[in-house]
Amino acid sequence: MKSRAKSSGYSPWKPAFGLALLTLLAGCGEDHLQTYPQTTFAPASDFARELDWLFKYTLVLGVLVGLFVFGLLGYIMWRFRYQPGNPEPEQVHGNARLELLWTFIPALILAAIAVPTVRSIFNTQREAPANALIVEVRGYQWWWEFRYAVNGGRDTVVTANEVHVAVGTPVQLRMTSGDVLHSFWVPQMGGKRDVIPNKVNTINFTPEEPGVYLGQCAEFCGDSHALMKMRLVAHEGDGFQRWLQNESEPAPAPRDSAVMLGKQLVTKGACAGCHTLRYGAAKDSATLGRTGPNLTHFGRRRTLAAGILENNAENLSKWLKNPPEVKPGALMPNLNLKDEEIRYIVAYLQTLQ
Amino acid sequence: MSIVNAADHAANPAHLDTSTGLDNRKMAFWTFIGSECLLFGSLIATYLAYKGRSLVGPLPHAGRTLTGQQAEGILDIPLTSLSTFVLLMSSLGMVLALAAVQRADRKGAITWLFATAGLGLVFLGFQAYEFNHFYHAGLTLQTNLFGSTFFLLTGFHGAHVLVGVIYLGTLGMLAVKNQLGPERSMSVEIAGLYWHFVDVIWIVIFALVYLIK
Amino acid sequence: MASTATVAAPHAPAAAPHTETGVWSWITTVDHKRIGILYFFSSIFYFLVGGIEALFIRTQLIVPENNFISADLYNQMFTQHALTMIFLALMPLTAAFFNYIVPLQIGARDVAFPRLNALSYWVYFFGGLMLLFAAVTKMAPNVGWFAYAPITERQYNPGPNVDFYVLGLQIVGLSSILAGINFIVTILNMRAPGMRLMRMPIFTWMVLITQVLIVTAMAVFTIAITQLMFDRMFGTTFFDPARGGDPLVWQHLFWMFGHPEVYILIIPIFGMISEVIPTFSRKPLFGYNVMVFASVLIGWLGWGVWSHHMFAVGLGPIADAFFALSTMLIAIPTGIKIFNWIGTMWGGSIRFTTSMLFAVAFIAMFTLGGISGVMHSVAPSDLQQTDTYFVVAHIHYVFFGGTVLGLFAGIYFWFPKLFGRLMDEKLGKIHWVGTMVGMNLAFFPMHYLGMYGQPRRTFTYPGDLGWNWMNLMSTLGAYLLALVTGVFVWNVIRSARKGAIAGDNPWGAATLEWSIPSPPPVYNFREIPIVHSRMPLWEEDASKEPGIPHGKVAEDVNAITVGGTQVGEMEYPDAESKMSAHDLGIHLPPPSYWPIILAFGILLVFGSLIFRNLDGALHNLWYLSVAGVLLVAVSIFKWAFEPGH
Repeated sequence: MKSRAKSSGYSPWKPAFGLALLTLLAGCGEDHLQTYPQTTFAPASDFARELDWLFKYTLVLGVLVGLFVFGLLGYIMWRFRYQPGNPEPEQVHGNARLELLWTFIPALILAAIAVPTVRSIFNTQREAPANALIVEVRGYQWWWEFRYAVNGGRDTVVTANEVHVAVGTPVQLRMTSGDVLHSFWVPQMGGKRDVIPNKVNTINFTPEEPGVYLGQCAEFCGDSHALMKMRLVAHEGDGFQRWLQNESEPAPAPRDSAVMLGKQLVTKGACAGCHTLRYGAAKDSATLGRTGPNLTHFGRRRTLAAGILENNAENLSKWLKNPPEVKPGALMPNLNLKDEEIRYIVAYLQTLQ
Repeated sequence: MSIVNAADHAANPAHLDTSTGLDNRKMAFWTFIGSECLLFGSLIATYLAYKGRSLVGPLPHAGRTLTGQQAEGILDIPLTSLSTFVLLMSSLGMVLALAAVQRADRKGAITWLFATAGLGLVFLGFQAYEFNHFYHAGLTLQTNLFGSTFFLLTGFHGAHVLVGVIYLGTLGMLAVKNQLGPERSMSVEIAGLYWHFVDVIWIVIFALVYLIK
Repeated sequence: MASTATVAAPHAPAAAPHTETGVWSWITTVDHKRIGILYFFSSIFYFLVGGIEALFIRTQLIVPENNFISADLYNQMFTQHALTMIFLALMPLTAAFFNYIVPLQIGARDVAFPRLNALSYWVYFFGGLMLLFAAVTKMAPNVGWFAYAPITERQYNPGPNVDFYVLGLQIVGLSSILAGINFIVTILNMRAPGMRLMRMPIFTWMVLITQVLIVTAMAVFTIAITQLMFDRMFGTTFFDPARGGDPLVWQHLFWMFGHPEVYILIIPIFGMISEVIPTFSRKPLFGYNVMVFASVLIGWLGWGVWSHHMFAVGLGPIADAFFALSTMLIAIPTGIKIFNWIGTMWGGSIRFTTSMLFAVAFIAMFTLGGISGVMHSVAPSDLQQTDTYFVVAHIHYVFFGGTVLGLFAGIYFWFPKLFGRLMDEKLGKIHWVGTMVGMNLAFFPMHYLGMYGQPRRTFTYPGDLGWNWMNLMSTLGAYLLALVTGVFVWNVIRSARKGAIAGDNPWGAATLEWSIPSPPPVYNFREIPIVHSRMPLWEEDASKEPGIPHGKVAEDVNAITVGGTQVGEMEYPDAESKMSAHDLGIHLPPPSYWPIILAFGILLVFGSLIFRNLDGALHNLWYLSVAGVLLVAVSIFKWAFEPGH
């Protein structure tokens, strides 16, 4: 009866715990990132590395404590099980020395966790260095806006759902929300930080590896919370400067008639009520809309609809056909565009390189 | 506990002695007051957290809004000091009412119970006047953070005073009907606990909302 | 009990004759045992409802990009799952035991305020119906149980969903506060002669601490949801960022309630486990005093850690450090408790009844939840874990591995006292094995999901992020849990009517509730016992009393663990316990219908507000509110002057 209890009840977690350690130890290679592209176990910034170390450190201590408790429990269950003819157990009411012991030992273990914790808390929330790239982040239901100051702060580059940074340059994200709560999270760049209206929150990190990193909103924000994703692109060399230079250019002018028709639909039609495109100098915008993503260099983005679809003609048509179907609750309504109109708009948007 | 107590119980089976010696209802009331402290505490905390963060006026005391506009101060401290005094006096009335009930002084009980309730009503009258005045001066629940926090806090307190007035009025009616002898003085004592608590809370509110700039 | 003193009256006053059976007798009952049973079945019902909601969630997530339910319905389901489980299933299930067991443990005939007790139940009953109504009409709250502002404001959430949250929880919270006051007074004031505080059964102690937390924490929450209600119904500005409102004020208020709430759900379980483990180890609780003080400390520290739910909101390094350290501090008394339970088992003679198996499983699973809890207190690395499935795993190891397993231990343990019959041990062990496999299958993979980047509260996920098989495992685990919960419910229903007769004390336990027949007569104790020790049925003088085991169970009782039918001494209630309270001259308060009427009035007051702004059109049912207020006022007066109370 005793052994049955042991084997049946404790089978699920013991291998699972072993598995946990194995996966963790094996979890840092390229394969791991291939299988789990949004993992926290492939840190690619100083911030993420610090958190990763701290997590594994606590995990090891935790696993040791867990194994000790489980081992003790298992031993006791076997050693002190009822057997017919057992003598009446000695009626012990407690033992002050033992109880002191298991007050102090956990306290020591916790102190061993507390010291690096507090150190990291202050470490990760330091002021950004003077040369840091500052990116303003705004969360909206359900997409991200990123702003960069260019030309010595006289102009602003506005883009959406794709934040670009340079490897080796410290970054400070200054984040606030245009509606409800969101949370900025690109696991490989480090921990998340909530994006809150009436409050500017910051995260500082220095990207260490070039690449395109997945991220998504981590604070529940309504219907399409699950679909509020983003990409973080870390450029090598002068890649970032070239990108920024291109972004600060006005939207390219149309070169053929279909594209021309598309431009007219975008700028004269319903789109303009919400979306901005920049035609002249970075300062004056041709359209007024500010409730949707800035489309000036839309064609260069990798994804659309906040990182949920690859940016290609097919997906773009699907999105324009009926946005709320792709993204429940999307503020962009079904504009009842004709197939023809969609074709023109797609053609135009794809030229916005 | 001993056999002696058990014998007492036998004489009065409905009322077992309590383990602590404190009457059940009284202890329940103390617990209730503990809970009330956190209710008021949360309201006051919200008020303080939002102090000085209104975007538009009117403000409690003349000053600037968060957006930098100059705004009028709206609180009338002398007037509210008077209503605070009225409420404080009512606590005295409550003490006298309890003493009267305990010494079986029916007339005194009636007088002081109704006097206390009456002073409570006067306080509510002041509050109604104040709310009405604020409303006409452009401060409503919806105006700004000050309006929301102020009306909810003081309104919640006013509701407590109203319940107290009804409570004391009911006890007064019992006294009129000659049903409030010394054997029921516990009911009056509990009403008194409630009334004094409502008073003390008002002093905290008065100090934090009206006096501190 | 070497000596007992009678406190019965020589003659009974003219109490109204009791209606002993029928629906009306249950509606008007003020007997703590019947109210306990009402709580018991209501909360089991809601446990199933909450489980079905969980199955909706898990079925939606069984494969990537699933279209089983819509995003909005998914959001309603995860919100409602939490609300149902916390407020309508687990808290009331602990309340069932507070009601039934605490007065018996302290040797009382009822709680201090029997009608208030009935009121608490009926207020909970109507509040539960309201939330259930919202769920079946697809108008349930859809913003998470934490309902972070400002998504709860009218402009982001025009429907009635959040109104149901605000008003439903207002009602349920009122019920908890009333019950809390009642139990604090009951425990402090209604103890049998000689039961000093440090002689109280440990379960009673834990209930006392829990109730103190309830009357304080619930008050904070009441104000938070009142402010939200005013924002939504009367246009105030508390949480509206456009008018300066600060979403963090809501978060602080919510977690000042929300964190003690976690202890409200776990401390009673500490108590249950601390009764079960000594009983089946045949040893007294190891370090009773320390256990009590550790729990008081946990309850106290529980008020100083709320911001560890908010490490990601940017409170600054000093606040983060403070809350990280205070949270770690809580692990110390919790660790003490775990080791004291282990110390209780050490050197014992452990019998693995289903109840004991669940208790041991509780220690193991709660330890896991505790370890991941400490990992969350490490504020920087919590930034990777918070709002991911890692936290979902953590809370389920605490609430399911902790609260639910502990409650199962408590149910198998006290069921014989409630119904006079034992639960079937064979079914019980199937239930236990299935629960252990199911819960670990359902919740363990979630640790990985979180670390591999899946945020919580997401209604869908793409298939190329490596989350598929872990979500599948988790869903299968949930199905298994559903299946074995069916076995459990069947066991309850069947055993309540056909189980083996339990006798007074089937487990040879030590506390007073086991000294009287099962189920106890309406007056509980014919004579109020005099208490000389912490474990009245185990201590020296108790052995002189025939029929009460002295730290030992009759050998044949052991048969039940093998699933046999022959159990214990087949003790049938004697003729005397069939005598009514009236025959014995014991005064009990008469039944009253004012509690349910008053509760209904409260429902009217709050319920009518829901329909203020439904479907865009103004269905303002203000006259229902007025009717409700009048009904409440009349009921209170009738209540105050009801004869016989």
